[in-house]
Amino acid sequence: MSTTDIIDTLAGIEPGSSLDAIRARRAQARENAQKSYLALFEPIDASDFSIAERAAVALFVTGLHGESPVTAFYRAKLAAEGASLVEAIEAEIARGETSGPYGAFPAGPLSMENKAGLIYRVAADRKPALGTRLAAALEHAHLLVLRPRDAASADMKALLGAGWSNTGIVALSQLVAFLSFQVRVVAGLRTLGASLGRPANAAASA
Amino acid sequence: MSAANTVNPPVLFTQDELGWVAWIDPLPEAELTERHFAGLVDRSRAKSEYFRLLVRDPEVLEARTKTDKDIFYNTADGLPRAERELAAAATSRYNGCIYCASVHARFASTYSKRRDDVQRLLDEGIGADLGERWNAVVRASVALAATPIAFGEDNINELRRAGLDDAEIVDVINGASFFNWANRLMLSLGEPTK
Repeated sequence: MSTTDIIDTLAGIEPGSSLDAIRARRAQARENAQKSYLALFEPIDASDFSIAERAAVALFVTGLHGESPVTAFYRAKLAAEGASLVEAIEAEIARGETSGPYGAFPAGPLSMENKAGLIYRVAADRKPALGTRLAAALEHAHLLVLRPRDAASADMKALLGAGWSNTGIVALSQLVAFLSFQVRVVAGLRTLGASLGRPANAAASA
Repeated sequence: MSAANTVNPPVLFTQDELGWVAWIDPLPEAELTERHFAGLVDRSRAKSEYFRLLVRDPEVLEARTKTDKDIFYNTADGLPRAERELAAAATSRYNGCIYCASVHARFASTYSKRRDDVQRLLDEGIGADLGERWNAVVRASVALAATPIAFGEDNINELRRAGLDDAEIVDVINGASFFNWANRLMLSLGEPTK
């Protein structure tokens, strides 16, 4: 049994509820989604991607999905790990919020499905507060969250040029991609839980 | 993978087998340690450029791989494998991951024996009419993939009307959500090649 499973906590799934019983049927997935969270936010080696940078990117990514219990969770994490960044990240969320996914397909028959949208860049006057590395990470995170099909090899070069290592880029990409998963599982389970009545309802356990 | 390698990117969604080349350096096979092999989970994945790139963070790769395998391969109960693969393919079609869509469309075809319907999802897109049950799975997957997330009570009701119980709905949520993870890695760390 897991202790304080982060997805269960954020989705409001109570021990003994019917959703708890359903989640228990995918125990390996549940346990390893939790291990993914721990590997990203409590890594054994943070030398390529600091703990404060991870919390800042997490607040930005979850904030781009709209305010939710997940956003509140990562806001609290950033307040603990890099409080001076919270205000700047909130301001950048407000600048980056839009609807996705959008972007371009490879030139050809799919081009008719291309959808234009915001090409987000960090505000020039906020770059000193964020620093070159974090500013580049936020721009990359916005690309991944909202227009992942626009990603190109040039985006890797931008990160490398801003001081990210290959290993740091992999960890950054995993963190943004993992959060894209986590925020959706939580939203889906909350919606399902609400449709069952109270999410904590234990009456229908399997 | 160096720029000298020839990449022939597909311009259409397909069920054909595609290759994938990384934009930044994977770890060389000769440099993999036991920590890396633990991250790869299956030793044979050391042959894959994609996994040798992700294994730069072995702890995350190991946990991600085990999450993936349980969501898709644990069919002791819950949603049939074909429909989990459909959720993955629909998510990939909507986000625009031609590589992921190719793999999971093939699996959806294999397990459902409905190759033509799967191909219509790829050709016509997420609006293709695939019958009540598949339409409900596709629409739920697409609503989950949208930012902001558009998944709501209507999706739950549609899945229930199509005959899915709560555990099967959780499998849709897990499968579709997982591909929002996978798509972003495949799309941003390299590219597909024919």
